[in-house]
Amino acid sequence: MTRWIQQVGWRHLVGVLVLAFAMVPIVFVVSAAFNPLGTLSSSELVPTGASLANFTGLFSGTGFGRWFLNSIVIASVSSIASVFISALAAYAFSRRRFRGRRVGLLSVLLIQMFPQFLAIVAIFLIFSTVTDRWPAIGFNTSSGLILLYLGGALGVNTWLMKGFFDTLPRELDESATMDGASHAQVFFRILLPLVAPILAVTALLAFIGTINEFLIANVFLTDAGAKTLPVGLYGLVAGERNANFGMFCAGTLLTAIPTVLVFQLLQRYITDGLTAGAVKG
Amino acid sequence: MSIMLDGPATTQARPAPEDDRPGRTSGSLIKIVLLGLTVAIAVWAAFPLAENRAWTGLAVLTATTAGLLYLYLTPRHIPLKYLAPGTILLILFQVFPVLYTASTAFTNFGDGHRGSKDEAVVAIQAASVTQVPGSQQYALTVATTGDPATGPLVFLITDPATRQVSAGDADGLKAVPGGDVTVGSTGRVTSASGYTVLTAGQAGLRSAEITALAVPTPGGAIRSSGLSRAYEGRAGRTYDGGCDCIRDTTTGRTWTADESAGAFVDAGGERLAQGWKVTIGFGNFTRVLTDPAIAGPFLRTLVWNFGFAIASTGGTFVLGLLLAMALHSPRVQGRTAYRVLLVLPYAMPSFAMLLVWRDMFNTDFGLINNLFGSDVDWFGGSASARLAVILVQLWLGYPYMFLVATGALQAIPRELAEASRIDGASAWGGFRRITLPLLMVALTPLLISSFAFNFNNFNAIYLTTEGAPFPADNPANGATDLLITYTYRIAFGGGGAQYGYAAAISIFIFLIVAVVSAISFRRTRHLEEVHS
Repeated sequence: MTRWIQQVGWRHLVGVLVLAFAMVPIVFVVSAAFNPLGTLSSSELVPTGASLANFTGLFSGTGFGRWFLNSIVIASVSSIASVFISALAAYAFSRRRFRGRRVGLLSVLLIQMFPQFLAIVAIFLIFSTVTDRWPAIGFNTSSGLILLYLGGALGVNTWLMKGFFDTLPRELDESATMDGASHAQVFFRILLPLVAPILAVTALLAFIGTINEFLIANVFLTDAGAKTLPVGLYGLVAGERNANFGMFCAGTLLTAIPTVLVFQLLQRYITDGLTAGAVKG
Repeated sequence: MSIMLDGPATTQARPAPEDDRPGRTSGSLIKIVLLGLTVAIAVWAAFPLAENRAWTGLAVLTATTAGLLYLYLTPRHIPLKYLAPGTILLILFQVFPVLYTASTAFTNFGDGHRGSKDEAVVAIQAASVTQVPGSQQYALTVATTGDPATGPLVFLITDPATRQVSAGDADGLKAVPGGDVTVGSTGRVTSASGYTVLTAGQAGLRSAEITALAVPTPGGAIRSSGLSRAYEGRAGRTYDGGCDCIRDTTTGRTWTADESAGAFVDAGGERLAQGWKVTIGFGNFTRVLTDPAIAGPFLRTLVWNFGFAIASTGGTFVLGLLLAMALHSPRVQGRTAYRVLLVLPYAMPSFAMLLVWRDMFNTDFGLINNLFGSDVDWFGGSASARLAVILVQLWLGYPYMFLVATGALQAIPRELAEASRIDGASAWGGFRRITLPLLMVALTPLLISSFAFNFNNFNAIYLTTEGAPFPADNPANGATDLLITYTYRIAFGGGGAQYGYAAAISIFIFLIVAVVSAISFRRTRHLEEVHS
C-alpha cells in the first residue's frame, strides 16, 4: 500500500487537486449560464435551477448572433490565410539559399518582438485615413481587421514551420524536380501535405489567438453590428456587470464551441505537432 | 532586391520546360487569375489616391503592382515569389505602424497638440467666440454623417431671412443645395440627404460635444445655444501676426507662440490648452527617466512587470510539468479522462474567462469570498491584487505547458531513466540530472516566447483589475499595471491623450523585450539554425 502511494497515489493526488482548480471556474460559468435569475449575486457554484432564459435573452436582446458570425469569419479567414502565408515564407527560408536569407529570418523575429498592439495609436491614425479613402477596408469592417491581423502573419509561426520543413528530407523535392516538377508543384503537391500537422497546430493557435483578440478589435470596431465576441461581450458586462452576468456566461459557453470544434477537428495532429514544435523549438 | 542562388544545383531556378501537362496549365490559369485580381485591386485602390492628389501614394502603388507583375511572370527570383505576400502585409501593417510610432515618440502629439499651428489658431479663435448684442441668430438642427451615437457631428443651420441651409463642422461652413433638404415651419431641417438628423434624445446624450463644437466663420464662429438655436458670435481672442501671439480683445492679455513647445505661452508661463504638433526630440524619453513624478512609478511598474512575466511563465511551467510528470506513467488509471478535462481551460475563451475571474474575485458577491466565507477586497490591496492576477494566469496558462511538456516527455526515451535507475540514481536525481536537462533543451524557446507574451499581456490586467489598486496621489499608474496597460491609459485614457509620450514608452517596452529575448536566445542554440 505504501508502495502504491509512493508510485501511483501521488500522481492521482496531483491530478485531482489540479482538476479541482481547473474545473471550479468552468462549473461556475455553466451554473451561472443556466441560472434562471441571471445575475452575478445570485450565481453559485452548484446550479440553483435550470433555465434557458439567458441563452434566449442573448439572441433576442443583444447582437450576439452577429458578433458570433463576425468572430468566426474573422478568425477563420485570418488564421487560414496567415498559416498559408507563413508556410510560403517558411518554404523559401528552409529550401532556398539566397542573399539576405539570414537577415530576413532575424528581422522577422525582431519585428515580431514589437507587438502589433503597441503601435495601436499609429494603427488608429493610419486607419482613420484609410476609412476616409477606402471605406471597404476601414473601421468597422471585417476585411480591414483581417488585413491588419495578417500583418503579423510572418513571425514565430514562420520559425516553427521552417523548423518542420527542415526535418523533411531534401531528396523528396530533388527527385520531384528531376521528374520535371516546377517549384510550385514541389511546394503544393509534395511538401505542403507533409507539413499538414504543423499547419494544423499553427492554424489552431492562430484561431484561438484571433478569436480572443480584444485590444485592436475594441479600437477598430465600434458599430454594434461590426463587433466581435470579445468586444460585444465585454460591452455586455462593462456597464451592467451584475444584471447581465448570466447572459455573459451563456455567451462564454457558446464562444467555447468553435474552439472546441476546431480542437476536435485537428486533434489527431495536435499532439504530434505540438511535440514536433517543442522538440524542434 | 537581387537574389543570389547558391543552393544545391537541383533546387535552383531554371526556366520551366514548356510542356502541356494538366498540372502546368491549371497552375498558369490560377496564376493569371490571381495576377488579374491584383491589378483589379490596385486600380480600385488608385482612384481615391488620385482624387486626393496623393501622388506619392499613387507612385508607390503603381511601382508595387508593376513589381509584383514582373516578379510572378519572370522565371527568376524564386525565393522572393514565396516571401512577397507575407512581406508586403508585414510592411503595410506592422513595419509602417511601428515606424510611425517611433516617429511619434519624438513629438508632443496628443490632445491639444494634434494639428498645425494654423489649425490651432482657428480653434482658439472659434472657442473664444461669445454672443454679443446684434449677433446673427440661426435655427439649428444637429445631424451627423455617421452613427447617431458616435458619428461626427454637423450643424445644419438655417438663415431665418433667406431660409438657405448650410452645413458646418470644425472645418467651416458650406452651403447645402436647396433640393437636398426639407425645412420645417420653424426653420429647422427635418431631413437632409447625406446626413442623419439626431432626435432630441440622441442630441441630449451628446450635449457636451454639441456645446463644444464651434464652426469657424470669417468674423468669428457659429456656436449652439441649446439644441435648436445657434448664433454667430465674435472671437474674444484673435491672432496677431506681428507679435506672433494671441491677444484677448477685452483684457489685452497676450500669449506668445513658443515653437519648441508647440503652444501659446503668456508672460507668466501659463499655456493655452490648444497648441500644435511639434518635434520635441528626446523630451518624451528623458521625461520617463528624469521627471520624479513619472520615473518612480515607471520603475515600480517595470519591476512588477518583470515579476508578473516571470511568475506567470514560471508558475504555468512548473504546474504544467508537474502534471505532465504525474500523468506520465502507464500505471495511472483514467489518464485520458484526466487529460481531456485538464486542458479544458485552454479551450475556454480566455477574454471571457478573465472577466469571469474578475467577478469571482468580487468583494460583495464573488464566488471566492462566498466559498471561503471571507470578506477580502481582493483588488483593493497591492499584494492580494497581484496574487490574484498571477493565480488567474496560472489557470489560463498551465494547460499549454502541460500539453507541450507531455509531448516532450514522450519524446525522451524511457531507457535513459531506467539506465540511471540501474546505476543507482534516485528518482529525483534521475529527473534532475537527465530528464530535466533534456526537457529544457526542447522547451526553452517556448518559455522565452511565453515570457515575451506575458510581459505584454494586456488582457490579463485590463480585463481583470484594470491596473487597480491605484495610489491616492497617482490615478494614472496602479499596482498591477503592466507597462502596456499603463501606455494604453496614457494614449486612450480619460485624462487626455498623450500619443507622443505613449509612443516613447512603447519604444522602451520594445527595447526591453528585444534585449531579454536576444540574451536568452543566445543562451540556447536556437539561433544556430540560421547559420546552417
